[in-house]
Amino acid sequence: MNYTPLLLSLKIASIATIIVFIVGIFLARIIARNSFPGKNVVESIILLPMVLPPTVVGFGLLYLFGKNGIIGSLLLEWFNFQIVFTWIGAVIASVVVSFPLMYQSASAAFQNFDLNIENAALTMGASKWKVFWTISFPLAFPGLLAGTVLTFARALGEFGATLMIAGYIPNKTETIPLAIYFAVESGNMEAATFWVVIIVLLGFSSIMWLNWWTKRNILRFSEINDKR
Amino acid sequence: MLFLEIRKKLTSFELNVQLKAKNEIVILFGPSGSGKTTILNCIAGLATPDSGTITLNNIPLFKSKKECVPIQKRNIGYLFQDYALFPHMTVKKNIYYGAREQEFVHQLVQVLEIGHLMEKYPRQISGGEKQRVALARALATKPQLLLLDEPFSALDQHIRQECQDELLRLHQTWNIPVIMVTHDYQEAQKMADRIYKINKGQVSEEIKSNFSQ
Ligand SMILES: Nc1ncnc2c1ncn2[C@@H]1O[C@H](COP(=O)(O)OP(=O)(O)OP(=O)(O)O)[C@@H](O)[C@H]1O
Ligand SMILES: [Mg+2]
Repeated sequence: MNYTPLLLSLKIASIATIIVFIVGIFLARIIARNSFPGKNVVESIILLPMVLPPTVVGFGLLYLFGKNGIIGSLLLEWFNFQIVFTWIGAVIASVVVSFPLMYQSASAAFQNFDLNIENAALTMGASKWKVFWTISFPLAFPGLLAGTVLTFARALGEFGATLMIAGYIPNKTETIPLAIYFAVESGNMEAATFWVVIIVLLGFSSIMWLNWWTKRNILRFSEINDKR
Repeated sequence: MLFLEIRKKLTSFELNVQLKAKNEIVILFGPSGSGKTTILNCIAGLATPDSGTITLNNIPLFKSKKECVPIQKRNIGYLFQDYALFPHMTVKKNIYYGAREQEFVHQLVQVLEIGHLMEKYPRQISGGEKQRVALARALATKPQLLLLDEPFSALDQHIRQECQDELLRLHQTWNIPVIMVTHDYQEAQKMADRIYKINKGQVSEEIKSNFSQ
């Protein structure tokens, strides 16, 4: 049995999750907290991949990163580098498709506590960075964690956009969802079943772990409540 | 000494305030929605007036939207209407968050009698205790001015009176301007050196009657 699809899937989903985590928190913090003209449009664009078919996202990515695409042609000219048909393309597809999940979780998480808690820290002389790291981030953490798990699971399952930009190249861009599809297509039901079981287990254990973590922490809080 | 003269457009009326505070307890008294919290927020820097000036100890905090001292540099203690304690930190971490001198905070803890609460979390303590912790936290930075937004409204009559007396005592040793918001006229009469009545953003100074106390 060749395990590369598993390793590739984990690699791609992990890198995508890290990128989405950082950029998502940053954007959610900046956009959700400020009002500016065109905010509605910006937020709609960010959330758009959630309602579009992945093939449309893939089409858009090809348009941007393809040989003749706006970004793709520049990369080719300057670095002699092509994103289409590489695992990096798969990362980009996963990032775009899972980004709305993180963005929504993060902006909800940052609005989930009283703004005056941050204001209190500011009046005590804390810098904006200090306020973010000591107040906002820890208070938003449960929501941010939920967003991260959803992002990882979505990235792991990404199929349509990945196929369009990264293609199906065994050992190079063959993630588990692609492996399942092409195993079925070539009649190799045994391999397909194997990967189905693996990905179900992965998804299931992520959600189990998240639920367990959340319950344990709510429990910790209620313990604090009761101990008076 | 605080001097303030500001205008700010709110949703249904314009805030138009002039007030001053020496090293005394100044009360802002008025109905809900009259703009009391907004005035405190403007002083602390959490809200921005449309125009006017705010001066504290001869240093201009606000001259215009472009010339204003950021929140962090104002050194103003603010006790919020709902206390806004950091829920994920112990009482100790709350109080020491912005503290300058350990020794001073230690004294503060003694005076306010909250030493036994230090390792607890805000959810584990009562309303009166929260109020004292929030007051300690606001004073721990050695502010030049103290803002209190309905500090006693959540407390029952008995504890309320204790806290009022405590604040009066503290103010004797502290001697900084204190601006306190209240709904309660009796409280205003008891605490105030100076009372400002607010209605729909308009402020009028009331001469304190002496016989009521
Ligand atoms: N940033 C803002 N911009 C415009 N209007 C505001 C803003 N903040 C508050 N308001 C409005 O200003 C009015 C005064 O609000 P404020 O919170 O200052 O009242 P308050 O006197 O503190 O009331 P309460 O006693 O209920 O706390 C309200 O009508 C509110 O809707
Ligand atoms: Mg108020």
